[in-house]
Amino acid sequence: MINEIISMNGYGAYVWSAFAFTLISFTALYFVTKLQLSKEQKRFASKFGSLNIEKARAARSQNINREILSNTSNI
Amino acid sequence: MFKYFEPNKIFAITSKAPKYVLFLFIVVLTIGLTEALILSPEDYKQSDAARIMYVHVPAAWIALGIFSSLALLSIVSFIFKNKNFSLIAKSLAPSGFVFNIIALVTGSIWGKPTWGTWWAWDARITSMLILALFYGMYLLAWRIYEDKEQVVKVTSLIAILGVVNVPIIKFSVDWWNTLHQPASINILSTNVTIHASMLIPLGVMTAAFALFSLLIFLMKYNTELIKVKNKGLDRL
Repeated sequence: MINEIISMNGYGAYVWSAFAFTLISFTALYFVTKLQLSKEQKRFASKFGSLNIEKARAARSQNINREILSNTSNI
Repeated sequence: MFKYFEPNKIFAITSKAPKYVLFLFIVVLTIGLTEALILSPEDYKQSDAARIMYVHVPAAWIALGIFSSLALLSIVSFIFKNKNFSLIAKSLAPSGFVFNIIALVTGSIWGKPTWGTWWAWDARITSMLILALFYGMYLLAWRIYEDKEQVVKVTSLIAILGVVNVPIIKFSVDWWNTLHQPASINILSTNVTIHASMLIPLGVMTAAFALFSLLIFLMKYNTELIKVKNKGLDRL
């Protein structure tokens, strides 16, 4: 049974390489995108940390900024 | 209507959604791979080589769908001067490009056992390659141009010019004599020439691929919004 699945009637090399290429592409795209996202989140947190109290309060008044900060604390 | 798409309103959803979409994608992909590689029958003509269809066809469909969305979003963004639509389009493009490459590479791998060659300058394959070039130009334009107004104009132009190629890809197998087989499924008619035992895994794999493109879109869109907010902090 396992040999049949691996050999795929002699087409195993073609079938498995097509599926492997797809899954490797998915994994690479996922990790590259995740890396870019966490880089921007870290940059946001560091910029936010360098603001004075008044500017930080003004920035915090926006929902989206609070949301980014709450997500940044999870990374 | 556009107010519902404002980043401030949707970020709460887009920032939390990726983990749920990732979970759903893994579940659907596992079911799809089991069906595609083990449970579905071999083809009576192409034997097990036909299983490449389960990655090749959904990848091509999604690459075409995303490019059509890019063009539509570019037109809407251009007419209504809504920057958020161009951000959505920008976030969709990377997964569309990767699906286009997957369709080309898996098509090439499938071509060897069925046609005896890795590549042929055939109408369907060449038009898919042209679509990949348009995707490449679109992504490159976002990197090259600094000026926001200019980049939106250039990328919209690329998307609108490139979408002309989409119906050419679709009908290339009917308009020209090609090595590529004609469509087995047509959403505009009930005439389906593929058995349910193959149609179901194909549908499940398409759903998995669509979930993956949604996942990448959400992550990329969140990245773009945070970039905008980072610039906003600089201006404070």
